Amino acid sequence: MTQKFTKTTLTNGLTVLLKEIHSAPLISSWVWYRVGSRNEVPGKTGISHWVEHMQFKGTPKFPANVLDKAISREGGVWNAFTYLDFTTYYETMPADKIDLALQLESDRMQNSLFEPEEVASERTVVISEREGNENSPMFKLSEATQAAAFRIHPYHHKVIGDMADLKSMTRDDLYEHYKAYYAPNNAVMAIAGDFDTEKMLERIKELFGGIPAAPAPRQLSRPETEPSGELSLTVEGTGDTTYVQACYHFPAATDPDFFPLTVLDTLLAGASSLNMFGGGISNKTSRLYRALVESELTVGMSGGAQATIDPYLYSIVMVIHPEKTPAEALAALDAEIARVQDEKISEEEVTRAVKQAKALFAYGSESITNQGFWMGYTEMFADYEWFENYLDNLAAVTPEDVQRVAKKYFQKKARVVGTYLPVNEENINE
Amino acid sequence: MNNKAYPGADDITRVELKNGITVLCRSNFNSPSIVLRGNLPAGSLFDTEEKLGLADFTASMLMRGTEKNDFQSIYDALESVGASFNFDANTHTIGFGGRALSEDLPLLMEMLSEGLRKPTFPTEHIERLRAQHIAGLAMRDQDTRDMAELVFDEILYHDHPYRHTGDGTAETIGSITRDDLVDFHQKHYGPRNMVVAVVGAIEADDAVKQVEAILGDWQNPEQPPKPTVGDMPPLEEQTRRHHPIAGKSQTDLMMGFLGPKRLDDDYMAASLGNSILGRFGLMGRIGDSVREKSGLAYYAYSSVSAGQGPGAWYISAGVNPANVEKAIDLITKELEFFIKDGVTEEELKDNKSNYIGSLPLSLESNGGVAGALLNIERYDLGLDYYRQYPDRVRAVTCEDILAVARKYIKTERLAIATAGA
Repeated sequence: MTQKFTKTTLTNGLTVLLKEIHSAPLISSWVWYRVGSRNEVPGKTGISHWVEHMQFKGTPKFPANVLDKAISREGGVWNAFTYLDFTTYYETMPADKIDLALQLESDRMQNSLFEPEEVASERTVVISEREGNENSPMFKLSEATQAAAFRIHPYHHKVIGDMADLKSMTRDDLYEHYKAYYAPNNAVMAIAGDFDTEKMLERIKELFGGIPAAPAPRQLSRPETEPSGELSLTVEGTGDTTYVQACYHFPAATDPDFFPLTVLDTLLAGASSLNMFGGGISNKTSRLYRALVESELTVGMSGGAQATIDPYLYSIVMVIHPEKTPAEALAALDAEIARVQDEKISEEEVTRAVKQAKALFAYGSESITNQGFWMGYTEMFADYEWFENYLDNLAAVTPEDVQRVAKKYFQKKARVVGTYLPVNEENINE
Repeated sequence: MNNKAYPGADDITRVELKNGITVLCRSNFNSPSIVLRGNLPAGSLFDTEEKLGLADFTASMLMRGTEKNDFQSIYDALESVGASFNFDANTHTIGFGGRALSEDLPLLMEMLSEGLRKPTFPTEHIERLRAQHIAGLAMRDQDTRDMAELVFDEILYHDHPYRHTGDGTAETIGSITRDDLVDFHQKHYGPRNMVVAVVGAIEADDAVKQVEAILGDWQNPEQPPKPTVGDMPPLEEQTRRHHPIAGKSQTDLMMGFLGPKRLDDDYMAASLGNSILGRFGLMGRIGDSVREKSGLAYYAYSSVSAGQGPGAWYISAGVNPANVEKAIDLITKELEFFIKDGVTEEELKDNKSNYIGSLPLSLESNGGVAGALLNIERYDLGLDYYRQYPDRVRAVTCEDILAVARKYIKTERLAIATAGA
């Protein structure tokens, strides 16, 4: 099936990516802003995510409560996500109804109200979201390991933000953040589905072309310094389950080492999927699953990296077997890391990783929404070519590359090991 | 959208094999992948009180070793080609499902057949899975949402088989032996009433042939008839229970009542009514009251869960422990308003439009279509169900919704479960 792809930039700086796909009468429209927790300073952690919430609270043209009904009425779905490097909004609609989504996005790129009473009621909603997260032992653990891994860089805090900041930020803080980052020159539109490219581009120019560019937003520059030794920490909480999270500092997505590391990740922890909609596959033949779960040191194991603008983390999570200790699981992890550092992997293992990635792309391509997601997502940390060349770049990885990056990045001195230790109620109350 | 684009009698192939297996297939050559899904009636309704979790444990053992392959070679074959396949247990059935690039469909077929017919239940894996399962239960015990749901089911279905989750307890899982597993498999697994759906880049005849080749000669004279469950009366009075879990910032709340069965005539009215009550837009009227207006919760929504037996119609919300009573009051007020005044013509029009308009999206992927085919078969909805669906939606009136609301919603007989600090 032919899929016409176009990338263009409007005079106001808005990047537009269009991909025609005519397999179903659907269109998925995504607007991406280059703002996330990466752009936040202490005192204002969580502000990008809260601004995302406020984008659903109305403009003069589409008041709160009218927006969501309008999209639902037409049979569409919509949502938004805030992450380390970006905030994104999407609508997937029957093809003949997409204009509503385009009008809405063009409107809330500049006209959101941030009314004080809406800010007040959303404050408690976001606090409630954080309280729900805090119920999970893994949230508490990963918050602590992330903070230990980044002393300087804003990847230090969780996207949801710290409770202190959620309680103290003001309406004006939020509005200022919105005005600084929500502008066409700081945004990418990605639309996939059943449309005619020329007509769609015309309509986007009508709706978005008149929105003035804003001064380029100020970028924080707080690179993390080289790690100088292994960090260990413990989080205590309720329950009966011990979790260990080992995090290694990893390079940015545009670093040439990213692809050999992707092959290495596949080998160690199983194939990771780039799909937001479309899912992944199991990891039961991965080296770490065999060394940890099959040998009954843990009852579960997962691992993976993120594609990010700045260097982030590779995270391995182990759920410790009730009859074993974190130290035993860590020793087995270290032995497997040593094995990829000492022994070259085979060519077949690279080929296998490529076949897995190919299948995951095929599953992801079934969803128009996922196709829209891919285009904008890759623009946040690289560009769409990164995505199109992904399989070729994986296939070009050599066993030597994998061994080299295993030695370079999987060093004890460059990791944080966090342990969630369950303590019983009597101990907590002391 | 033209209704012809939805699955229908002219593009779904449905074949009944001699041994009782029904095969459904719909081709889709837009993507090079394929989905294989289905079920057979060997779910947790067959569990005894002493061995709760047996159906689930049995299903989870099917890929831990077969006569032909051990655990690692099963998963090596699948993962090497980026395929997935697994079995799991539900109340009435065990389900299976997987996907692969279409060239690898024979591999999925082999996994299905080997898992169902030739599992070996290796002792080493029984113990490994037992430990994983018990650890999973310990993690569930710390999850406020899971525990609220569990307590809610215990209240609502107090003496009905649906009161159990199918997961079992540490005690019952601890007591299950290899003989129990082998025996459960021998007695309950068979081709009668089994359904297999194949959707993706394959011709239907080819798919049917492949199923017939691997499962056409399967027989099990011991296989019991499909289990059924009885109806039950609503609660006699409002019943509330709190499940304490220390150290939690948020309490989960679940409250509700019995709802319709999937095949009841008023199911569609209940579904549309529920959409207005707690789904539409940002979680309907309940979301508007509890989240948007009061800022009490990140999520607050309602749901109609309708299957073969008595369904549950419930509201779920996560709130700060200090706000539990306030949330219950707000939700109860919405329910009272709902049964007093029903819904407006405009609300109904919007929700009908949502139901009809969102159909293409729910049917865009192979997995979505496979789910639709299994739904058609489970409830005997007719192959043209999705083409007639818009008309069925349009037929519901405001009066129908008011009637269904008054029939099921009794605020003085609510089941209310909370879990948290």
